[in-house]
Order: sequence, then C-alpha cells, then structure tokens
Amino acid sequence: MRILVIEDDRDAADYLVKAFNEVGHVTDAAHDGEDGLAMASDGQYDILIVDRMLPKRDGLSVIGTLREKGVETPALILSALGQVDDRVKGLRAGGDDYLPKPYSFSELLARVEVLARRRGGRSEETMYQVADLALDRLAHSVKRGNKEIELQPREFRLLEYLMKHAGKVVTRTMLLENVWDYHFDPQTNVIDVHISRLRSKIDKGFSPPLLHTVRGAGYMIRDGAR
Amino acid sequence: MTALGKLFRTTTFKLTLVYLTVFGLFAAFLLGYFALNTRRLIDEQIADIVNAEITGLTEQYRLGGIGQLVLVVNARAQRPGSSLYLVTTFKGQALAGNVTALQPGILDQPSWTETIYRRLDETEENTEHHALVRVSKLPGEFRLLVGRDLDERERLYHIVLSAGRWSIAIVLVLGLAGGLFVTRRVLRRVDAMTETTRTIMAGDLGERLPVGGSGDEIDRLAANLNQMLERIESLMHGLKEVSDNIAHDLKTPLTRLRNRAEQALRAAGNEAEYRHALESTIEESDGLITTFNALLMIARAESGQAREDMKEFDAAEIAHDVCELYEPLAEEKGLALKIEAAAPAPVKGNRELVSQALANLVDNAIKYTEPDGKALNGTPAEILVRADNAGDRILLTVADRGPGIAQADRSRAVERFVRLEQSRSHPGSGLGLSLAAAVARLHGGELTLEDNAPGLKTVIALPRGGPVQTAG
Repeated sequence: MRILVIEDDRDAADYLVKAFNEVGHVTDAAHDGEDGLAMASDGQYDILIVDRMLPKRDGLSVIGTLREKGVETPALILSALGQVDDRVKGLRAGGDDYLPKPYSFSELLARVEVLARRRGGRSEETMYQVADLALDRLAHSVKRGNKEIELQPREFRLLEYLMKHAGKVVTRTMLLENVWDYHFDPQTNVIDVHISRLRSKIDKGFSPPLLHTVRGAGYMIRDGAR
Repeated sequence: MTALGKLFRTTTFKLTLVYLTVFGLFAAFLLGYFALNTRRLIDEQIADIVNAEITGLTEQYRLGGIGQLVLVVNARAQRPGSSLYLVTTFKGQALAGNVTALQPGILDQPSWTETIYRRLDETEENTEHHALVRVSKLPGEFRLLVGRDLDERERLYHIVLSAGRWSIAIVLVLGLAGGLFVTRRVLRRVDAMTETTRTIMAGDLGERLPVGGSGDEIDRLAANLNQMLERIESLMHGLKEVSDNIAHDLKTPLTRLRNRAEQALRAAGNEAEYRHALESTIEESDGLITTFNALLMIARAESGQAREDMKEFDAAEIAHDVCELYEPLAEEKGLALKIEAAAPAPVKGNRELVSQALANLVDNAIKYTEPDGKALNGTPAEILVRADNAGDRILLTVADRGPGIAQADRSRAVERFVRLEQSRSHPGSGLGLSLAAAVARLHGGELTLEDNAPGLKTVIALPRGGPVQTAG
C-alpha cells in the first residue's frame, strides 16, 4: 500500500520511510505542511501519517483542508502533545487515529494496517470467520466448529475486534482504546490477562490455536494452518 | 536634572499642580468677592451719612435761611474727620464749606459723583483726594454739596490686594514644597518597589516588596503583588521539584539502558545475544515512556488544564468498568475483587482521569495484597471497591487487606516517586498514588489513606458539582 509520511524531523521521516518499505509498503515523505498537502491532494495514497506540528502549515490544517477538498484518505496523527483532549481535537479535525510520541513502530504499523483495511470500504460485516471460529454479531454468538462458546460481553467485544482485524497485529493500546474506551496505560498489563482468559475459551481443546501473541507488538487472530 | 525631570513627570506632582491651580483660583475669587462687597458696603455707608447730612442741612436752611445754613456748615466743617461741605450761590460762588478745586461742572449735576478735591486748609497745590459727593439744589438757587473722602475705601482696597498677593504666594510656595515632599516620598517607595522587582526579575523569587504598614493604597498594591509572588514561587517550586524528580527517576533507567547496550556491543557474540540485548533495551525504554507519560499526566492534572472538559458521569459505572478490567488480574493472583456500587453516583469531572486514578488504586491494591492463606491475621484476602454518595460528595473507595501504610508514612506515600521501603520489590513507577491525588485535587476533592485494619483503604472524595472555581 502507498503511505505518505508528513513529518518535519528528517531523521524520523527517513526512519519511517525505511521501516515501512522494509515491510513491503511504498512510502514517500514530505517535510512541511504545504508539500504534504500538495502531495496528498490527488488521493493517490492509501494512508497519511501526519505530524501535528509542521512548518508552513499545521498538521490538523492539512487534514482539514484535504477533507474540505473531498480527499478521504485515512490519516493518522502523530503528536508530541499526546494528551486526551489533544487526541479529541485531532480526531475532530478529521484524523482517523491518533498516536502520541514516543511511539513504537510496531504500534504505528499495526494502526496503519488497521486503518488501511477500514478504507477498503466494506460495510460492517455481521459475521466474522477465522478457520472454524465464527462470530455472529447479530446473534451475539460465537462458535468454534459446532461448539457454542459462552463469552462475557467484554470478551465478546474483545474477540469481535480481534476478528474484525484478523491477520493483522492488534496492540494492547488499540484494545484498551477500542474495547474499553480507555486512553491511558494501566500500570500493570491487564490486557494480557483478558487475552489469556479469552484464549482459554476459544483455543483450549481446539486445534490449531488461532489467537497468537506477537512479541513486542500485540496479538493477532489468524488461521494457524496457513 | 533627570532626577528633577522624573519628579515633575510623576502623577503625584501633576496632581499637586492641578490642586495648586484650583486652590489659587479659588483664593483669588474669594478675595475678589470680599473686596468687592467691602467696597459696596463702604459706599453704602458713605451714602447713608451724606444723605443724613443733606437732610439735616436742608432742614436747617428751611428753618433759618442761608445764614443759618452757612453757620451750621462752617461749624460742622471745623470738626476733625468731618465730611466735606460746600454751599454756593447759583453762580457758583462759595459761601461756606471746606473744599475747593473740585472738578468743573460737578455742581451742575444734582446727583452722586466721584470727584477729586482739595481741602481749604491744605496749602500744597498738588495734593488731590477722591471723594464721593452729592449735590442738592436748595430753594432759592443755592447749592449744597456734601461728600465723604474715599481714602478709607482706597486703603482697604490696597490691604485686601496685598493680602491677596501674599496669600497666593504663600499658597504657591507651601503647595509646591508639599507637592515635592509627597512626590518624593511616593517616588522613593515606588523606586524601592521597582528595585525589588528588578531583583525578582533577575531570578531571586524569594524577594518580597516592602510593605510600609500604613495600609495605604501602595501598601495594598505591594501586599497583593507579594501574594502573587508567593503563588508564582510555589508554582516554580513545584515545577523545579517535578524536573528534579524527572531527572532523578529517569536517569537511573537511562543509565541502565545505556549500560545494557554498551555491554551487548562489547560482549555479545551471536545473533541471539544481540537480539536479547535489543529486546531488553526496548523493554527498558517502554518503562521509561510509561513513567514519562504518568508524569505528564500528573503535571497536566495539576496545571488544571483538564478542567475545561468536565462532564457529568456516573462514578458507580466507572467503578464497575475498572473492576471489570482488573477482575481477571485479581483472579489470576488468587484475590477476590468485589464491588459495591449499586446506586448511581453522578459527579461532574473528567471521566478519563477519574478512571485512571481509580485504576491506579485498584492496581496498587492487587499488587500489594498477598493471596489467600498469606493474608494478615487470617482475614480473607479480598479487595473491595465502592462508590458511595456522601452528601454533596461522592466517594470512590478501594480497600485491600495488604500490609497497609503506617500512619507516619501516609502523607509521604502520595508524593511523586516515593515508594516506601516495603514496596521496593514490586514493579511500578511509584506514581500511582500521586496521580490519583493530583486527579482528586484537580476536581476540588482529596485522596485520603486510611487504616483498613488490617490493610489499606484509599478514598477519592470528589465534590459532586465539580471543582469550585476560586479566584486565587
């Protein structure tokens, strides 16, 4: 997929371009708001990664102007400000996700891939299926093979989010934000415990395991047979 | 000159000048009014006397003819301090009296006139006097002139005039001197304040403006400015403390990080070893980032920035959410996490921050409580989370059966980075309680640590209506 990084810190921009290229994405960089706006205007990119503080034109203004022009390329805002209301401001300005600095690349990559998927424009599905694990959003039921699996409401939402992004890495913060609606780091990693509980319900006694831990990044649901 | 120029430019001096002008004008007006009225009074007195004399003399003429009149006039004219008299024939020939050298034509005007004259007994030709006279025609074509000298009036006029000059001069001198004195006094105090301000601007925040103690407006200003300085100093102190703490607590892990990288460069031989070193480096920096974020969060809560987006939310719901988040963690450790929050507890505040504060308390409780069996005094190891309504406040309570915190250490435990000796073995940034306390303060509430006998009870008390905005 094609990624545009709008970031004035050249080292950071170069690092991102290199890192995204390594995992197989075509990446360009712009170093100020005006350049970024010009490059993003024709909508050739699948994802924009926009720093908030940019020379010539503020990151939020770049996104706002693009949205006015009708360019709906998903945008992820990077910011050193990184507090709750800054995030709210960023999303209100038309950003699709918000990541405070310092961030880890695995976190950024996971979010970018999820965002790009969202761009696929598929209407919300009512059924998710990974191997023999099936989740019915309307009936609120989960089955593995023919066996019905009982889940708590929160576990259901956790699995729903993982399955919606099946095959993609989902980080702990993404889970906290999307499943619990918390935007802070709990001191202890409570998510791990929730995951292991969920794992014991959907993977225990079944083969192959579907819920995987991705070291240093997060979790992923995928068909282990592939 | 510059000192004098500075003096003249002061507000006090300008005010003095304005007052002086106003006062001078007022004095001049008063004196003028006084002089004018006195003059009128004297004129009236003269007129009264002259009228009475004319009436008397006319009566004498009527009774005794011109002879009698001449006799009486001559007799009266001899008295010291007498009025002025002149009796003439129709043709102007003097028959009796004590004046001569009148202005020509005076005798033809039968009314009041001011004129110059000379007394008959005066020999020098050039002595002239002013007089107010009235001419009356007597039957038989005689004329009678009676008048009074105006010297008295002139003298009074001069006295008033010189009094006026003197008083205005004195007012000017005294006023200017007083003005200069007051101005210099005020200027000295303002200069002292300016001096102190400079010292403060140069970095010595401990300085305070001098307060005279008279309670005047300059004192009030100085006292208020001092209060402002007090506040600034305490803020600066807080800021310095934060940066000191950041420096201290971030330096240790940073040093560890660097050493580990160095060690790997020096000693690692194969890829697995490098990989391991890099992974631990990432772990270490993640810890750093967490600490940093927690610090920023506290700073933000303390700065009051978050007050802007406070909304009404249900604290009981938050308690449920947080418990739900932590319940698996507690269970994994063999602890029972119980919740008592049946009734809604609406409160105005920042939901996110309050959630985080409560999460920190629950996190701590789980961290420090040992599972069943090891519990103190054999009490079952359970953690109780409550949300209660207490009058105009709501209370979020987390009670554990851990080791608790000794009374003496409780206030210290809330400070940043303080990890009491007994807790050193547990992981954590040492910021959990500080953040909870900062969040409580942000909402105008407080965080209290109590004895749960055994264990620790932490209570976040928040005013239901959100923080009361204070002017200070």
